[in-house]
Amino acid sequence: MSGMTFAEKILARKAGKTKVVPGQIVFIYPDHLLTHDNTSAIIGKISKDLEIYGLYNRDLPVIVLDHVIPASSDKTAKGHHSVRKFVQKYGIRNFFDIGRGICHQVVLEEGLALPGQVVVGSDSHTCSYGAVGCFSTGIDRTEAAALLLTGKTWFKVPISIKISLKNRLPATVSAKDFILKLISDIGADGADYKSVEFHGALEALSISDRITIANMGIEMGAKTAVFPVDEVTEEFFRHLNIDKNSYDPIWADEDAVYERCLTYDLSEIVPMVSKPHAVDKGVPVSDVLDLHVDQCFLGTCTNGRVEDFRNAATLLTGKTVHPDTRLLILPASRQVLSEIIHDGTLTALVEAGGVLLPPGCGPCLGAHQGVLAPGERCLSTANRNFKGRMGCPDAEIYLASPETVAASAIYGKITDPRTV
Amino acid sequence: MTIWFYGNQDGINTDMLFPGKYTYTCATADEIKPHLLEDLDPNFAQSVQKDDLIFAGKNFGCGSSREQPVLGLKSVGIQAVIAKSFARIFYRAAINQGLLLIESPEAVDAYSPGKPVSIDFINGRITVGEDTFGFPTLPEEVTAIREAGGLLEYTRKFLDSRLKNT
Ligand code: SF4
Repeated sequence: MSGMTFAEKILARKAGKTKVVPGQIVFIYPDHLLTHDNTSAIIGKISKDLEIYGLYNRDLPVIVLDHVIPASSDKTAKGHHSVRKFVQKYGIRNFFDIGRGICHQVVLEEGLALPGQVVVGSDSHTCSYGAVGCFSTGIDRTEAAALLLTGKTWFKVPISIKISLKNRLPATVSAKDFILKLISDIGADGADYKSVEFHGALEALSISDRITIANMGIEMGAKTAVFPVDEVTEEFFRHLNIDKNSYDPIWADEDAVYERCLTYDLSEIVPMVSKPHAVDKGVPVSDVLDLHVDQCFLGTCTNGRVEDFRNAATLLTGKTVHPDTRLLILPASRQVLSEIIHDGTLTALVEAGGVLLPPGCGPCLGAHQGVLAPGERCLSTANRNFKGRMGCPDAEIYLASPETVAASAIYGKITDPRTV
Repeated sequence: MTIWFYGNQDGINTDMLFPGKYTYTCATADEIKPHLLEDLDPNFAQSVQKDDLIFAGKNFGCGSSREQPVLGLKSVGIQAVIAKSFARIFYRAAINQGLLLIESPEAVDAYSPGKPVSIDFINGRITVGEDTFGFPTLPEEVTAIREAGGLLEYTRKFLDSRLKNT
C-alpha cells in the first residue's frame, strides 16, 4: 500500500480514518473558523437559527475586522457594529477589532493556526497558514454560517502536486518572485482543487517567505499550499511562546503518490512582474522595464511583514519617491507596524515620501483608500491584479516583490531592483 | 431562454462577476442583481431572465471567496452554468446555494449561436445541437445538500432532527 500525501494524511487523521484516497468525501470538525468584516453578512443569514439552536462553540470562530477599517460609510459602520454586538452576546474570545491587522497575519501571530490543524475561513487567502504546516482553505459565507451552527463541514480529499525546491534565492530576489514564476508556469487553474506541497531545500525560506508563497496558492486554484514543519517553523512558534509540545505536526510519507512533481532551482529565479489582468501573466521584470507607474503599493497579507518593509527600506533609505508617482505603506498588523517603528524602517520609508495607512486591507480590494483613477497604473505587492480589483475597471495593476516596488517608486517607472 | 455565451473566455474571475468594491455594501439578492457580471458584460444584469444558461471557459469563478455572484445567479433563476472547468470555492458556494454547475469542456466547444441546448440533470447528460455529452454528477453526500435546497436548509434539517432526538 502506498503512502499518503500531507492532504490525505491530515484529512484521514481529522476524520478518524487510517487511510483516505483522493476523491473521497470526509466530514471534519475544523479547529478554527476565520471570518472578517463579512461576519455581519454571515450572522445575518442565521440570526433566527442562532436563537433556536445556539452557537456551536464560542472558541471556533476567529473574527478580525480588517477589510474596510476604520469604517468608510454608515453601511460599513453598521456592519462592524453588528459584529461587535454578536461577539459580546456570545462571548467570543478570539475577536480582533480594527487596527489589529489583516486577518491572515493576525491568525498566524496569535497562534490560531498550528501545525497539524485544519482551519477554514470565509476568505480565499485562508490558504496562507500552509506556511506553518496547517491545512487551511477558503469557504463561502453560507458554509461559514452553517459551521457556526454545527462546527462541521465536508471535504473532498484532493490530489496533490509536489514541488521540490533546490538552492537559495539570489540577493534582491524574493519569495514573491518565485511564486509569481510558479503561477505563470502552471497557470491560474493549474492547481484547481489540488493540494500543493513544498519539499526540498526550505531552510533558507523564512516563515514570512513561506506565508507569501502559501498565500498565493489560491491564485493557481489550490485548495491548500503547504510547507513541512522544520526548525524555522519551531523557531517562529517559540517566539510566540508556543512550545513544540503544544502542536502535532504531520507530513507526507516518502512514498506518497502525486499527480505531478515539479522541481525549481531557486538560484535561477529573477525578479518577476505579473501583468494585468491575471496573476498568471508573469514576465521577468526586464520585459516591462521603464513602464510609468502612478502608484506604488507596499503591503497586504502577501507582503506586508517586517522583512518586506526592511527590504524595501534598504533600497529607499536616503532616496525620495519620484514626484510622478506615490508610495503607499500598509503594514499587515499592529505588531508589524510597531516593529518597523522601533527599528527605524518606517522612518526611512516615510522620509522617502511614503504614505502610511492603518494596518488592514486598505487599497487591496478597492473598497476605500488608494483607489485608482481610469487609465492609472499601480505596481503592487498584493496577490491579485484582476480588472477592477482596486476599485476602477479602467486602471491597471501589476504585481511584484517589495524590492521591485521600492526600486520602481524611486524612478516612477518599473525598475529592476538589482540595478539600484 | 437566452444563452449567455462566454465560452471563449478562460479565468472569468469573481471581480468580473461581482466587483469587490460592492462586497461590504451589497448582500441581499436585490442589492446584488444590478451589479451581476458588471465588468464582464454590462448588458447581462438588465436582460437576464429565469431559466437562462451561461456558457464559460476554464476556471470560471476563480479569485475571491465571494458568494454574491452565486447568490445573484441563483436568484435571477439561471438554470445552470456550463463551463470547461470551475474554481473550487465558487463550485462549493454553488453547491451550498443549490445553483447547478455543469463541467463539460466538450459541450462548451460544441456550442455555436442558434444551437438548441437541453440538460438531463438526473443522468448527467447535456445535448448541444445533435451531440450529447455526459458530465460528472455530484457524490451522494453532496447531492443531499442540493436536494435540501442548499446548505442552510440542510443544516436546519439536521439540527431539527438532533433537537427532536434529545
Ligand atoms: S490584504 Fe487583500 S488579499 Fe489580503 S485579506 Fe485583505 S483584501 Fe484579501
